[in-house]
Amino acid sequence: MVTQTQTRRFETNGNAAERVLDVRNLVVHYHTPRGPVQAVNDVSFFLRPGERLGLVGESGSGKTTTALSLMRLLRPPAAIEGGQVLLAGRDLLSLTEDQMRLERSAEIALIPQGAMNSLNPVMKVGEQLRDTIDAHLETESRRSVTDRIREVLEWVDLRPEVMESYPHELSGGMKQRVCIAMGILLRPKVIIADEPTSALDVVVQRQVMETLGRVQQDLGAAVILVGHDMGLMAQFVDRVGVMYAGKLVEISPVRDIFKNPQHPYTQLLIGSLPTLRVKELFKGIPGLTPSLLNPPSGCMFHTRCPKVMDHCSVQVPILQENHPERWVSCHLYDERYAEAVPVSSVKGSMEGSTTGNQGRES
Amino acid sequence: MQLLEAQHVTRVFGSGLLNKHRTVAVDEISLAINEEFPTITAIAGESGSGKTTLARLLLGVIQPTEGSILFQGRDLAKMDRTERREFRRQVQAIFQDPFEVYNPFYKIDQVLTTPIQKFGLATSKADAQRRIEESLEMAGLRPEDTLGRYPHQLSGGQRQRIMVARALLLNPKIILADEPVSMVDASLRATILESLMKLNRELGISLIYITHDLTTAYQISKDIFILYRGSVAEVGSVEKVINDPLHPYTRLLVSSIPLPDPDVRWGQETDIETKATAPGAATEAVHGCKFSNRCPFVMDECRVKHPPLYRTHDDRAVACYLYKDDGEVVAGRDMAQLLAAR
Repeated sequence: MVTQTQTRRFETNGNAAERVLDVRNLVVHYHTPRGPVQAVNDVSFFLRPGERLGLVGESGSGKTTTALSLMRLLRPPAAIEGGQVLLAGRDLLSLTEDQMRLERSAEIALIPQGAMNSLNPVMKVGEQLRDTIDAHLETESRRSVTDRIREVLEWVDLRPEVMESYPHELSGGMKQRVCIAMGILLRPKVIIADEPTSALDVVVQRQVMETLGRVQQDLGAAVILVGHDMGLMAQFVDRVGVMYAGKLVEISPVRDIFKNPQHPYTQLLIGSLPTLRVKELFKGIPGLTPSLLNPPSGCMFHTRCPKVMDHCSVQVPILQENHPERWVSCHLYDERYAEAVPVSSVKGSMEGSTTGNQGRES
Repeated sequence: MQLLEAQHVTRVFGSGLLNKHRTVAVDEISLAINEEFPTITAIAGESGSGKTTLARLLLGVIQPTEGSILFQGRDLAKMDRTERREFRRQVQAIFQDPFEVYNPFYKIDQVLTTPIQKFGLATSKADAQRRIEESLEMAGLRPEDTLGRYPHQLSGGQRQRIMVARALLLNPKIILADEPVSMVDASLRATILESLMKLNRELGISLIYITHDLTTAYQISKDIFILYRGSVAEVGSVEKVINDPLHPYTRLLVSSIPLPDPDVRWGQETDIETKATAPGAATEAVHGCKFSNRCPFVMDECRVKHPPLYRTHDDRAVACYLYKDDGEVVAGRDMAQLLAAR
């Protein structure tokens, strides 16, 4: 499944030192009685220090599974079948469970989906935060721990009194802030936020996201925002990775994703978004997501793709950078099938594939 | 004639003289759907705005504490069995969770055959089958792909469309949809909303669309009611209310929508921000206007009495003293009827 070409193409691009997280050829299966479900299918991407990356996809596309694998928090029947997760050059997948426990929260932290419901209802907020610190730093005095908790709460715009509160005494937005505080307590390099605001009203959602963004900038941490709300992505992230049926089909700077999406799936997804500017007919994406138990041959999207070509059902497309910073996994952009490509979409692709990605976007 | 009408409806929970925890979930709200002008009306608000309570009142599931709900001029509370049955057929509901309504042990056929039996709609088995297939097709489903399956074998979008089909089966005049797409993926959301719009355009069914999502409300509805803590803050044509919101709360809401456009940044209404977003303010007890403790434009009178609706345009009214010189005071019921008669 993991081809040599693919690995090479991915690694030759960019400088490994400017990647805080480097995910290579990640494969995750859910083992069911009817066979393995390929939930994450050869996914590769990287994250630069301080960067905000969005991971979007519909339910079942593998975005949450990907996020959980980076933390090594998958539970059976899910299992990582292959790949590497390099955090500052170290492969998290090769660590022992004890070593990994020390990495979690300290180096890579997760704000899980529905996090605010994961707070312990019978424990004060301060104690729950203290627990996280105790698990990592045995030597610190009780007093300095309290100071640190107070400082972190202040960061997320909560009053220190919140330490003495039980979760039920807090509003949804406040609970979500507590979860962000818990995520940043040990100043991790990477924060993974899985739909951090999906249960909140728009006004509160915006406040919480602004807090997360500010804290992330102050810390200099990189963030992976997992979700399906494209509006939130447009407002928050620097780059967007689009997942479909366990595959990463496109990863590009946020403006390119919205203004000039390349993968046909991304194009349909962007086209289906309602706006406040024009009232027009809705455009859905026809067809259904394929069963991952029995996935289609070739490209996962070929069964629904309006631009499908003959070899799409045969050849698995690979994620390639066809223009600086723009990665897409689609035969339309593969020079081997260049004659089949509409002229407008090859613009710039030639120099793009050779220059690679050198500098960072400011 | 008004098909469905709420006249200054109030619903209080946990009431009683000695009970301190008295919550006014719906506070004198009026709404009207005119029989001659089938339309799509959105009721929008955040959690705690009373939108779901209003939906349950309109469906007759709960009774108003004050005011009344009329269906074709008849008070719901005074209907006899036959009238009530007719009301239950004419007014259909679609709910948020397309999984919860199904019994996992029954094939999905059951949710379609039950209403046919209950209301005696079909003359024969073949007739029942024909009706089911027709309504599935109208909801954008292929009968052969759906019938005979179990709920878990269908996607969320398919399950929600079966709910649309079930509603259609009864040939209703009104469909009340409470967050019908909030649990459905973006690509399917568009398809489901599109089929709801088609029902309105092609079959003349009126739709009451209850949502927290102003973007979809803008796309499908003609009029919109913005609720804040049980009261109508602003009401009128959706273009006016969303594109040019007047009430400070509506302005806050509209500016908080994360638009799917990286070039249109969040928070352009900066004057609204700081105060209006104070944590916890949304649940504090307040006198006068319910938004007064969050409102950056608060005036003395705001803290005394909740403002009436001022009709600033033919097709829009705002419950805010800032606009008292811009329009006449209009009763909620009159405004609702005016909007319905367009």
